[in-house]
Amino acid sequence: MSENKEIEIMQSVYDKNDQVASQINASLTSKGIYAINVMGAPGAGKTTSLIQIIKRLTDVTSYVIEGDIEADFDTKTLQSLGVKAIQINTGGACHLDSPLIGEAVDELNISDGVLFIENIGNLVCPAEFMIGEHAKMLISTVTEGSDKPYKYPLAFEKADLILLNKCDLLPYIDFDEDFFMKGVRALNQTAPVIKVSGKTEEGYEKVVEWIVEKTRSLQK
Amino acid sequence: MHEYPITQRIIEIAGEYAEKNHAEEVKVIHLVVGDTCGYVASSIELYFDIIAEGTPCEKAKLHIKRVTPELKCSACGKLFVRKPFTFECPFCKGEGRPTEIGQEFYIKSIEV
Repeated sequence: MSENKEIEIMQSVYDKNDQVASQINASLTSKGIYAINVMGAPGAGKTTSLIQIIKRLTDVTSYVIEGDIEADFDTKTLQSLGVKAIQINTGGACHLDSPLIGEAVDELNISDGVLFIENIGNLVCPAEFMIGEHAKMLISTVTEGSDKPYKYPLAFEKADLILLNKCDLLPYIDFDEDFFMKGVRALNQTAPVIKVSGKTEEGYEKVVEWIVEKTRSLQK
Repeated sequence: MHEYPITQRIIEIAGEYAEKNHAEEVKVIHLVVGDTCGYVASSIELYFDIIAEGTPCEKAKLHIKRVTPELKCSACGKLFVRKPFTFECPFCKGEGRPTEIGQEFYIKSIEV
């Protein structure tokens, strides 16, 4: 039997996704669109937070791509508020990938503004795939518990902005903020952590400031 | 469940390289999978035979090298494997920072 010949490859299996993501990113940048990949567990308040943010983004046009495994409740809610939003249903897939976003971006046909891409509710897979975004916004909640950075490190490591939602519930639950922040900072020294509440609407001004600043600097 | 499309991609890449090298079949695929890359090595193995059917990789053996994630201490600079619920360095009690070690996911080589 002849000996096998080894061929070196050293190619990332993500290559196709990442190539498409880079193309989407370049195209959005040229159109003056700042794209934010919104990540968080199911029920973290991703859509609620988007509504709070978009309400306050008065000088910047907002667009939304909603990712869900099924249904379009969130898209209908956003559309009823006058937001240009479209739905992607993955039919089971646990995260959005860049070919899906490429099609959605073409369909939206947008320029100058902020594009929020609400990923599938999942604290694991969305952090692994670039989808053409300029920034990743992670929504964590006090009700999920303060150990989340230790259990789902990648999402916290990759985030550019972290919202800690449902802060109005802090007096009623055992959330160890120091332990949470220690974990976040071990993984990520730069992302601002902003305490918000979708219920009382506190904290979102700071989030909006961050987004506006990033969008303006992209459009310069 | 997201291992299915990625396993397809592995078979595609291996097939492309085999063709470029005028080989009819791939005998071994050497894959490097970090434990925090988000893909489960055993799930890739599970799908591999089904997806490889009818491709040049049909009879290929999948050799997966798994990589345990390591953190780098921000104080003493040593690499270490973290314990659950802490990022503390076992050598100097400093704080560990994430590294690329454990996030690998690539095809190292194929044998034809």
